[in-house]
Amino acid sequence: MKLRGRVHRYGDHVNTDVIIPARYLNTSDAKELAAHCMEDIDPEFVNRVEPGDIIVGGEDFGCGSSREQAPLAIKTCGVSCVIAASFARIFFRNSINIGLPVLVCAEASAEAAAGDEMEVDLASGRIENLTQGRTYQAEPFPEFLQQIIAAGGLVAHVKKKVTAGG
Amino acid sequence: MGMTITEKILAAHSGREVVRPGEFVNARVDLMLGNDITAPLAIAEFRKMGAERVADRSRVALVADHYTPNKDIKSAEQCRVMREFALSQEVAHFWDTGRAGIEHALLPEEGLVAPGECVIGADSHTCTYGALGAFATGVGSTDLAAAMATGECWLRVPPTIKVVYRGELKPWVGGKDLILYTIGRIGVSGALYQALEFAGETIESLPMAGRLTMCNMAIEAGAKNGIINPDAETERFMKSVTSRSYQPVVSDPDAEYVRTVEIDCAQIEPQVALPHLPENARPVQEVGEVTIDQAVIGSCTNGRMEDLRIAAALLKGRKVHPRVRLIVIPGTPKIHLEAIKEGLGEIFLAAGAVLSTPTCGPCLGGHMGVLAAGERAVATTNRNFVGRMGHTKSEVYLAGPAVAAASAVLGRIAHPEELS
Ligand code: SF4
Repeated sequence: MKLRGRVHRYGDHVNTDVIIPARYLNTSDAKELAAHCMEDIDPEFVNRVEPGDIIVGGEDFGCGSSREQAPLAIKTCGVSCVIAASFARIFFRNSINIGLPVLVCAEASAEAAAGDEMEVDLASGRIENLTQGRTYQAEPFPEFLQQIIAAGGLVAHVKKKVTAGG
Repeated sequence: MGMTITEKILAAHSGREVVRPGEFVNARVDLMLGNDITAPLAIAEFRKMGAERVADRSRVALVADHYTPNKDIKSAEQCRVMREFALSQEVAHFWDTGRAGIEHALLPEEGLVAPGECVIGADSHTCTYGALGAFATGVGSTDLAAAMATGECWLRVPPTIKVVYRGELKPWVGGKDLILYTIGRIGVSGALYQALEFAGETIESLPMAGRLTMCNMAIEAGAKNGIINPDAETERFMKSVTSRSYQPVVSDPDAEYVRTVEIDCAQIEPQVALPHLPENARPVQEVGEVTIDQAVIGSCTNGRMEDLRIAAALLKGRKVHPRVRLIVIPGTPKIHLEAIKEGLGEIFLAAGAVLSTPTCGPCLGGHMGVLAAGERAVATTNRNFVGRMGHTKSEVYLAGPAVAAASAVLGRIAHPEELS
């Protein structure tokens, strides 16, 4: 599957408190959460973001809480994938589990600028910065995770087991 | 080649003789945890998975601690979802307002985590229980849902960093100072995806309260888990909370570590981490003149009896600075009661502090002490990210209970020695 969109660029250590501030966590409603996505780091984000857009972060993207509401808010706003030099581990696993594509690529992250047009081929991990005419290769997913991704996330993956087990 | 304690526990829980870093396992989970923020989402996902009953009701723990007593209508609804699920599924470990404490203070106190066990929680500070010699890590809501449905969780075996602490602690220095110092040394992503194993003579003589504080903040260095090999202190603590049996494991002498960090504790002063990252730690003497509006003593990091005693010793016969609001939050109802019985409650109230019911409250900017724009707090909590305790233009300085109490009295960030 190919994803295409404009880049929203952030720095290192973008934490879950700025992705979705705790004051909004009194709900699990994905649309309500999405309305406050990135609010404490970039209040204009929700007005700018368009379906397909790509968030690019630096090191340790998604550090902080276990709150799955963070990748959920990002996904629900229409963001097609997140590219970063590295991810905090709970954010990474939450994204895999809920089916938000996350790609690790330090070079693509370092060279991307806000507003760049990018295209990502999820199957191969190829990232193309169309604005700059540069291509990159993201780290491949281990086979174990590919199975969860292929199933469409952990819910579908477990559903198979639960129903098979009767 | 031997294995670390983390590797051994993961091997034992996935039916393998040996596991190595990087391998994926489906681990059998001894205890799974959710709270009023993460459980409602997990419950929705649990239903989507087609599951009807939790795999094992005795292994599920649900705690209403973050926005409780319910701070508004929406959080009341969230708690209701969790309560109805807990009751209908007959979840064995469910705590509601009045009996609930902050999850990571509560579970060890209830004897629900023991050496050698594997625990996951839909809360990043689940790593706290590594202090008991357990493998414990934070996961997301969907992971909790999967664990409730299947009793298992997918995990990647982390490589381990060993941190060795030597030397005697200076007065007023405790577990919080050691971990802040450590995060200052290795950075907030210094242990990303890795296990942090705390060892050395200083740890061996550190009481359980301090060990829990240290493992609690392993996540603040990006770690998957913090862990301490069980010893006599672990056994003493376990005996004080439960009579059930367990199987402790310890790291082999020839276990492999990706890195060893040596720390000379005799040099460490009480630490303060400046906004807006826990790695901005420095000796309290080097913070300079920083006036504060609020001090918070509590949270899963430092809301235990030992912490309250340290604070009370400094506040006894003194008044909180007129410009400062001091909020003291015992971690659990048991601690709350003990603090009252020991006379600490009276000391706090006489000093002009608020003594709150156990709750996460202001730690995550929820309620019970949210900060306004431009305000500054010193807190014994674990995160000082932008907006963590309220307005995005507020600031949080992290410290241990001694520095927090002394600062509350003096109205500025202060070394406890300044009071004597
Ligand atoms: S006290 Fe703070 S860090 Fe601990 S569980 Fe509650 S919100 Fe999380």
